[in-house]
Amino acid sequence: MKRLIAALGAALLLATAGPVASVQAADKEIVIGSILPLTGTFAQTGALLKAGQELARDLINGHVSYPVTMAGSDGIPSLGHAKIKLIFADSQGRPDQAATVAEQLITQDHVVAILGSYTSATTQTASLRAEQYKIPFLNPDSSNPQLTERGLHWFFRISPHDGTFTENMFQFMADLKKAKNWNPKRIALVHEDTLFGKGFGDVTEEIAKREGYTIATHVAYPANTSEVQSEVQKVKASNPDVIFIASYLSDSLLYMKTFKQQGVDIPIIAQDAGFVDPGFIAGLGKDANYMFTRDTYALNIKQRNLGVPLINELYKQRSGGKNLDGNVARDFTAVTVIADAINRAKSTQPEAIRAALAATNIDGKRTVMPWKGIKFNDHGQNTEGAGLILQIQDGQYQTVWPGFVASKPPIFPIPAWDKR
Amino acid sequence: MELGPLPQLLVSGVLAGFVFALIAMGLTLIFGVMDVVNFAHGEFLMIAMYLTLGFSLVGLQPVLALPFVALALFLFGAFVYRIFVRRLLEGPPEASIFGTFGLLVLLQGLAQFFFTSDVRSVNNAWFTGAVRLGPIRIGEPELVAALGALVVAIVLYVFIEYTETGRGMRATSEDRIAATLMGIDVQRMNALAWGIGSACVGAAGALLMLTYQVYPRVGAEFALTAFVVVALGGFGSIQGAFVGAILVGLVEVLGGFYISPAVKLIPVYLLYLIVVLLRPQGLLGRR
Repeated sequence: MKRLIAALGAALLLATAGPVASVQAADKEIVIGSILPLTGTFAQTGALLKAGQELARDLINGHVSYPVTMAGSDGIPSLGHAKIKLIFADSQGRPDQAATVAEQLITQDHVVAILGSYTSATTQTASLRAEQYKIPFLNPDSSNPQLTERGLHWFFRISPHDGTFTENMFQFMADLKKAKNWNPKRIALVHEDTLFGKGFGDVTEEIAKREGYTIATHVAYPANTSEVQSEVQKVKASNPDVIFIASYLSDSLLYMKTFKQQGVDIPIIAQDAGFVDPGFIAGLGKDANYMFTRDTYALNIKQRNLGVPLINELYKQRSGGKNLDGNVARDFTAVTVIADAINRAKSTQPEAIRAALAATNIDGKRTVMPWKGIKFNDHGQNTEGAGLILQIQDGQYQTVWPGFVASKPPIFPIPAWDKR
Repeated sequence: MELGPLPQLLVSGVLAGFVFALIAMGLTLIFGVMDVVNFAHGEFLMIAMYLTLGFSLVGLQPVLALPFVALALFLFGAFVYRIFVRRLLEGPPEASIFGTFGLLVLLQGLAQFFFTSDVRSVNNAWFTGAVRLGPIRIGEPELVAALGALVVAIVLYVFIEYTETGRGMRATSEDRIAATLMGIDVQRMNALAWGIGSACVGAAGALLMLTYQVYPRVGAEFALTAFVVVALGGFGSIQGAFVGAILVGLVEVLGGFYISPAVKLIPVYLLYLIVVLLRPQGLLGRR
């Protein structure tokens, strides 16, 4: 079956390769800038994001229809099937460089819109340049909540942000409360002390207060610690109903081992990072079971878009066998969103594209994302996106929330350590 | 009186201290014999942990792999001394600081290159449960690691105190020139000190894989504590390293619980500062 899909995918690629090769010759092209970290610390991720965006571009410029917005439309139909051209610019992962290349894309390459640029810090600076030159800036994947709170007119973000992801953990808990007759009141909040953990700690405190939960204990611990005995004793002594935790891999393994050692079998809802790393299940074996964690993306969901596995196969041919992940899927989606907006704008004028972007309304079933859809509010934030909650069941991540994409129901209440 | 988690914290602290002790003893032994601080000590630990991981992949559990890892590290330590550190000793005193620091960077870089920065752990099949003593819970892996560390520490102590070679090493550490005059082969003692010091950290690495995970920068988490322990106990003092390590383990766990985990290392460094100010030679140091 896999071989068949791969062969099919290859054939489809050949079919789409034709029009792409002739793009240079075509007189009509729509030039879109894309800022990515192609060198530096994030170069590896940058290369994958580029592959994802190129795949979307080739599907849009091609003739083969996929169940994804704009795919197979042979370019932009409303503009005489003009082809999409992506010009990639390297941010080197540096905010100053991102701003510089944004300006170059606008003034030298005359792009009609910009996509970018993975890290929140580079998105922040690059989008300010776009604002200054009045060019639409579509951000697929930066998660800092502040980005859409700057009052920018030309900035749009399709991904949910960190605040939403944490809200999702509370929504999941509320659903679990109803379904399983569980009444959690006290949250033990555990996180490492870098920007990632601290941001999570602040947001969680805020939401917990609003939703009427008590923070039983707030444990901020130094990242990459050699033992977590005092941390776990603090959690245990605070007598919580649920543990919220944000850690990178090494610490997450240490916590799980120490929770087990100390017989702490309280439900744990984690903020991705270490808890969704492939090393997590590998390092813990069956002791990883029953953990809940949020994530941005999973292929192991009830697919509402049956084209996703095929698009994943096409992507794997370009990624050296790597599956679609949350970052690539969002970058892929961004290209289809901007193409859809240009098609509805029937124009390459920035103001017309901006207006069309603002009026975007794409059904989640026409994307590769596990979202209800894509629709921007007046801050430019997509309101229809959400994170996922996964649970490790029998050594595998299963999507257990939201219900409309869940691959398995949650196992709850979770068994005590000696019964696992 | 309500003790709450105090007994548990005391036990956890002491157990954490045992493994710190083994790492620190290797470091202090090398320093004691030849006045060289091995800045790459944490990287030796990292190598030992990767070796243990390698043995577990071919089916040898960490406890069984321990003697092999210790032997391999003994040979590695003696080898590093013979081809590298011996030359550093001929240069100015700073040479050994920069030299071993360079070794740290090199070993970390090699590990990064060959093993990538992934965090890996042993699928520990033998010791998975927890032992209960009244209100106290001790994880089996922690218990085995602590007991293993204790056994190795005792063996090392007996060797240094009661064997001819051990006496030779102590003599070298007390007065190098006099030792040479007495017919002790100082070069051999130095190589032995590097070998045995590295074997200690080898044993510690094998035991640590029961409870911890390995990645190229793992040495830094433990080496810093080891340096504090060595300074606290007295540079060159094996017993001092042992006492210092248990103190550090206790202070870290108690401080973390009763003050805040965010600042759990502050009481440790505070204790270190106080000891160094009042007793610069360390708790059990002689010089």
